[in-house]
Amino acid sequence: MAEYTIKVRRFQPESSEGPYWEEFGVELDPSLSVLDGLLQAKDREDGSLAVRCSCRAAICGSCGMKINGQSGLGCKTQIGEAQEQANKMLAATGATAAEASSPVGGAADESGTETREAGGGAVVAAPAERSAPIVIEPMGNMPVIKDLVTDMESTHWTKIRRVTPWLLPHGEPPEREYVVEPESMIDITQSMACIQCGACVSSCLSMEVDHDFIGPAALAKAYRFVGDPRDAETKERLHDLAHDPHGIYDCTHCFSCIDACPKGVAPMDQIMRLRRKAGEEGIEDPNAGHAHEMAFVKIIEKKGTLDEAMLVQESYAPGIKGKLKPSKRGLRETIKSLPTILRPLRKRKVGLKKAIPGTHRKLPGDAQDDVKAIYRHVDEHSEELNLYIRGEEGDDAQADGGDAAGAGAAQPHASGADQTLGAGEETTEETPK
Amino acid sequence: MSNIKVAYWPGCVSRGFTPELHGSMALVAERLDIELVELDRANCCGAGVIAEHNQELADTLNARTFALAQQTGLSMMNICSTCQGAQSECQQRLDADSAYRAHINEVLSGQGLAYEKGKDGFTNKNFLWLLVEDYGLDQLREKVVRPLSGLRVGPFYGCYIVRPKERLGYAEHPDRDIYLEKVIEALGGEVVEYDGARKCCGFPVVTMARETSLRQAGTHVGDAIDAGADCLVTPCPLCHLNLDMQQPEAAKVVNRDLGLAVLHLPQLVGLALGAEPKELGMPKHVASTGWVEERLSVAA
Repeated sequence: MAEYTIKVRRFQPESSEGPYWEEFGVELDPSLSVLDGLLQAKDREDGSLAVRCSCRAAICGSCGMKINGQSGLGCKTQIGEAQEQANKMLAATGATAAEASSPVGGAADESGTETREAGGGAVVAAPAERSAPIVIEPMGNMPVIKDLVTDMESTHWTKIRRVTPWLLPHGEPPEREYVVEPESMIDITQSMACIQCGACVSSCLSMEVDHDFIGPAALAKAYRFVGDPRDAETKERLHDLAHDPHGIYDCTHCFSCIDACPKGVAPMDQIMRLRRKAGEEGIEDPNAGHAHEMAFVKIIEKKGTLDEAMLVQESYAPGIKGKLKPSKRGLRETIKSLPTILRPLRKRKVGLKKAIPGTHRKLPGDAQDDVKAIYRHVDEHSEELNLYIRGEEGDDAQADGGDAAGAGAAQPHASGADQTLGAGEETTEETPK
Repeated sequence: MSNIKVAYWPGCVSRGFTPELHGSMALVAERLDIELVELDRANCCGAGVIAEHNQELADTLNARTFALAQQTGLSMMNICSTCQGAQSECQQRLDADSAYRAHINEVLSGQGLAYEKGKDGFTNKNFLWLLVEDYGLDQLREKVVRPLSGLRVGPFYGCYIVRPKERLGYAEHPDRDIYLEKVIEALGGEVVEYDGARKCCGFPVVTMARETSLRQAGTHVGDAIDAGADCLVTPCPLCHLNLDMQQPEAAKVVNRDLGLAVLHLPQLVGLALGAEPKELGMPKHVASTGWVEERLSVAA
C-alpha cells in the first residue's frame, strides 16, 4: 500500500463556477490503477465526483482521461507508474502537468482558480522525497459534461459517423456468409482492435487547432473498411477523405494518437495507409497531399537529398516543367509562400541558388546511381510488404519463418481483433480477457 | 577526455534552409572535442513521406545510410528530430526481421554495402541524446564558459524524437523526453515550462493544411512568450522552419504579435561555450535573436 495525491480537474455544470482543481488523498497498492484511485476518492471522500467506467479491464473503453497530460485509460494506467511520471516531470520542469497543460492550470491557478482540499484537509502528507500530485483531467478536444465525463457524441461519434462506418459490399449479399482469405484481413486487424474510448481523439494535436479535422479514431475506422476486401466503395471513400480539407491530409503526423491508444491501433499509421491507398488509386486531391508525396519521392530519386524549393513548387504545381499550368489553389498557395522564401533570402540565410527550384545538387560521384538502384529494386519486385512490425529484439531465428520480404512474419493472434499486432511486445501488456 | 567520434548525418534541411545549424554543429563539435565524420554520400531519411508512399523504399534508403555509417566503424549521430524518428522507424523494422534485412541487403551488396544489426554496438542518436548519454552533462558543465544565467529557455522537442516511445528507446532511456530541460540547466539557463514543449510544430502539413500547420506553430510560440520565455531551443530543423522562418505568417494566423527567438540546440550550447552569435549564424534567423544576446550581454 502507498499513499498518493490525485489532483482532479473538476467541473459541475449545475454550479455557476468554472472548472477548478481538487486534491484527494488515496491509499492503494502501486499496481492498482488510476481508476481505482479515483473510485476510492469517490467512495471515501466525495460521492459527487463523476467518472465514467465499467469493465476496469481495458475492454469497454469508458474511462478515457488525461493522466499527467497523457491521454489513455484510467483502468490501464497503474497508479504507481503515474506517480513516477508525475515526479519525473516535476523534477525536470518544476511544474506539474496541471500547471503546464490545463486551461485552468498554471497562470490561471494563481489568478483565481481555486485549488481545494478535499474532505477537511484529508490530503496525505507527501512522502520523504518531493512527490508530485498525479494530475487527472477529462479528455481533450471534447466538451466536458461533468468532472471527468466528456461529451463523446458531439465530437467522437459524429466524426465516426462521418466516415460511413459500415460495410458497403458488392451487389447482393451472398446466400451464406462472405468467404474471405484470412491473410487478406491481416491488414485491417489493427484498426479492428479499436474500442472507441476516444483517447486518440483526446490526444490529437491537429484537432486541437482544427476542430473540424475528422481525426484519428474516425480515420482508423475508415481504413478498417477501405482495407476490407468485401467493401465495394474503396475508391469513393478514399476520394472523399482525400478531398476533404479536414481529411487525411490534415493529420500532422505527430504520433500522439499512437502513444495514447490503449489497444495498439496506431491510428496515425492507418491514416498513412489511407494516404498510400489514395495514391495507389491515383486520386489527385485539391490539398496537394498526393502531389507533395510524389514530389518528395521523385526529388530524392533524382537528387538523393531534398531540394526544398523544388518540393514547394512541385507540391503546388506538379510537373510544370515549362508548361506553367498550376491549379488555382496551387497559384494561391505559391503566392502565400513567397514571403517565407523571401525572408531568408533577405537575411542571407540562404543564397539565391537554394531558393530556385532545380538547382540543388545531387549526391557526389556514383552515390546518386546507388540511390536510383534502390528505387529500381523496390519497383521491380512486387512483394506485398506487410506493414506491421513484428519479431523480437535479438530473436532473429524466429523471423526466419517469414518469407523473403518479411511479409509472412506477422502472426496474428488466434484470439482475433482484440489483440494488438503492432508494436510487438506491447501485446504482453494487454489485460487478458 | 571525451574522445567521441561519430558518423555524422547532418540531414537535408541543415544543409538547405537552416545552414546555420550545420555551421554551428561543426563549431560546437570542435569545442566539445567530438569528431564528426560526415556521411556526404548518404541520402534523405524520407521524413516519413517516403514511408507513406512505400515503406520498403524508405527502409532500404535508410539501411543504405546505416550501412555507410557502419563502413566507418562508428555509431551515427544526427541533428534532426525528424531524421531520428524516420530512421528509428526503419531501423526497428530492419532489426526485427533477419529475412527482411537479407532482402534489403541484396540491393545494398551491389554497392559494396551491408546493414548489420547491432554491428559493433551500432546506434543512431540525435546530438541531444549523445550529449546527455555519451558526452555527459558533467563534462558539458565543465566546458561552460558563459553560463546562460537568467536566460529563460523553452524546450521544443519535435514529435519524432518523443513519440512513439516504444520505438525511440524510452524503455532503456526513460528520460529522453526531459533531456532538453537537463541540457538547459547544465548550461546555466532557466527552463520555461509551457504547453507546447512536446507538441507538434505543424511543419509536416504546411503545404497541405496551412492553417492547421501555422496555427500550431503560432500557438506554441505564443504560449512560450506568455510563460515568459526569452527563446525556444529545438533539436529539429524542421520545427525551426515552422517556428522561426514561418513565424511572421504564424503570427497572422493566430492574430497576435509574436517575435520569439528560436535557437537550434547547437547554437544554445555554443553560446554557453563562449561562441559568438554571429559565428553561430544567429543573425540569419527570421525571428530576431537580439533579445537573447542582450540577456547574455553579448554582441551579435
